[in-house]
Amino acid sequence: MENTGKVKYKNLFYKMLRIRMVEEEIAQRYSQKKMRCPTHLSIGQEAVAVAVGENLFATDFAVSSHRAHAHYLAKGGNLSALIAEIYGKATGCAGGYGGSMHLSDLTVGFVASTAIVANTVPLGVGLSFSQVLKKQNAITCIFIGDAAIEEGVFYESLNFAVLKKLPVLFICENNLYSVNTPLHLRQPIERPIFKLAHGIGAKAEQFDGNDIVSMFDTVSKVIKDLRNQGGPWFLEFHTYRYKVHCGPEDDLNYNARPKEEIDYWLARDPVSLLQSKLLELSFLSLKEIDSYKQKIQEEINKAFDFAENSLFPSINDKYKFQYIDNNLEWLHSVLNPQKEVYTIE
Amino acid sequence: MSNIKFINLVNAALKKAMQLDKSVLCYGLGMNDPTRIFGASEGLVEEFGEERVFDMPTSENAMTGVGIGLAINGFRPVFSHARLDFILLAMDQIINNAAKWNTMFAGAMSVPITIRLLVGRGWGQGPTHCQSLQANFAHIPGLKVVMPSFPEDVYGLLLSSIFDNNPVIFIEHRWLHNIVCDTNPYDFVPLGKARTVVNGSDITVVSMSYMTIEALHAIKFLQERGVNCDLIDLRTVKPIDWETIYKSINRTGKLLVLDTGFEFCSIASEIISKVSMDCFNNLNIAPRRLAMPDVSVPTSYILANSLYTYSENIASEICKMLKVDIDTQPLKNKRDNFPRDTPGDWFEGPF
Ligand SMILES: Cc1ncc(C[n+]2csc(CCOP(=O)(O)OP(=O)(O)O)c2C)c(N)n1
Ligand SMILES: [Mg+2]
Repeated sequence: MENTGKVKYKNLFYKMLRIRMVEEEIAQRYSQKKMRCPTHLSIGQEAVAVAVGENLFATDFAVSSHRAHAHYLAKGGNLSALIAEIYGKATGCAGGYGGSMHLSDLTVGFVASTAIVANTVPLGVGLSFSQVLKKQNAITCIFIGDAAIEEGVFYESLNFAVLKKLPVLFICENNLYSVNTPLHLRQPIERPIFKLAHGIGAKAEQFDGNDIVSMFDTVSKVIKDLRNQGGPWFLEFHTYRYKVHCGPEDDLNYNARPKEEIDYWLARDPVSLLQSKLLELSFLSLKEIDSYKQKIQEEINKAFDFAENSLFPSINDKYKFQYIDNNLEWLHSVLNPQKEVYTIE
Repeated sequence: MSNIKFINLVNAALKKAMQLDKSVLCYGLGMNDPTRIFGASEGLVEEFGEERVFDMPTSENAMTGVGIGLAINGFRPVFSHARLDFILLAMDQIINNAAKWNTMFAGAMSVPITIRLLVGRGWGQGPTHCQSLQANFAHIPGLKVVMPSFPEDVYGLLLSSIFDNNPVIFIEHRWLHNIVCDTNPYDFVPLGKARTVVNGSDITVVSMSYMTIEALHAIKFLQERGVNCDLIDLRTVKPIDWETIYKSINRTGKLLVLDTGFEFCSIASEIISKVSMDCFNNLNIAPRRLAMPDVSVPTSYILANSLYTYSENIASEICKMLKVDIDTQPLKNKRDNFPRDTPGDWFEGPF
């Protein structure tokens, strides 16, 4: 790593650390039972979100799935609105109507995450198609897990993206699990996921998703290629989640997953990996890390205070978004029945 | 004007929508092929170009999601299917995304997509090319469901659907496509308003889509024999125009509902249950319904024909409810002038 990387990697470290600390705070406070919705934490997978997010502009779009906190934050999503959303408050990023699995911050292009495996995949392809039709010169990122490629809609969507050469980036975080079902019970292990995508015609690559230093520059290049009409791209990142599938608990000790596997991945923790590299190169000091932590913790405390102090949505608003109001008076006035003529060939 | 057909007016509405607003897109399988989905997309690609009018892979689920993505970023896509049955592969996108989007993100984004679905019938369509599943869609909060019956309404209803800011399921019965229009068909028609087709005080008949055509034959026949029915064509199945239905029932005290769908958990069931709850005191006999029986429709026309409701069945049912004795044989004979698995001379399959 050259010296020029110093600022860059310190920034990446700060962002990964921030996501880690947010997730840990959620985990720690979850037992207070004020965050009353299914919550899937991204601890262990922060490097992927940051590597991608760092290469995006607010005009780029992103969509994600049930495990979306990291993607939302790395795209620049508002932290207080995220916490308030998990608390079910009116100030949440989806007004309390969404919860942890339905995040959105349109001001930064994080369009949506949803709770059905793979169902934002075609929607993301549609967003990127809309960018092309509108000549918006931007890209769309679709964050998925390793289970999403087991859903049929993934293939339909990728086929269409390849057909139309869309500026869309598929980011597949392969953490080896779909809930508690390991990959080898779901897919032939000798067939890498990224090769499937390649077979359909996307440019595809795989990365060590925990070592951001090893992959960041290539990810940047891929996104540049996307901006130069080189898409679509499919990137598979090998990574690992630390917590239970859903909720704040560690399941590292209750035999849900093999011990050797856990040990292997814990030794390759993305935040620690980058931290020790930066310390080793003297790009970063322990003191600086402490000051980062302090600063982040203050931001987090503020976000939780904001959520705690916010109001719940009014119970009278439960029907509020049933339908969008619609006034078609304009249509009525432009239709002129007497003047229309229809000719049949 | 007299030779304009229902399908021509679908086509005219699509054209008009695309002229009025550049954000309107039309796509579907076979959109630009020589047959133009029975003529619905005739002339569109020539006028508006391939960016706005496009064919697609046979991927109903993904292409629904693509439409939702387009809609979120400012387009008004109209997605057409030659059969309703095909959209069943896209129920995740319709129910979990399109229908929910407005609520799920507290009104931050709208999904103004229109999904055109054609219901097949006759010529051995078989169990999976003839389903009229409006009830399935109407069951879902957030969707609107529109079912035109008359050429006079289809143009206005389709335009109102396309420019509605909510996802709209627009269901066209294939047997309506050739019906000729006899008044000016270019008027505005709002969603959520039923049409009173015939006025009468003996009984209220509520109907939708192709069943309204059968009903009209029956009701005219009965009218000539002194029985006067109120015929209400729903036009929009969701939201339903309860006011028009209630007003009629409070006058007639009797209700027959006709439905193109399967009877169990149908729109007809919903209407009867609501009316029973809200107008019980004004009903003087039990409401009835005529719909498809709770069975898959076989292919052989001998089996299939007997499952459908024809005008003579409607007339007989009304007579039974009113306890009047009218011989419906003439209606039956008239219908037997052409095969019962076709709507008339114009249709000999395959779809
Ligand atoms: C269509 C569908 N099937 C099943 C589920 C239940 N479910 C929720 S998350 C999940 C696992 C998804 O695994 P993956 O995509 O690899 O993401 P990860 O949880 O590992 O991040 C499953 C099966 C669902 N939400 N949607
Ligand atoms: Mg997984």
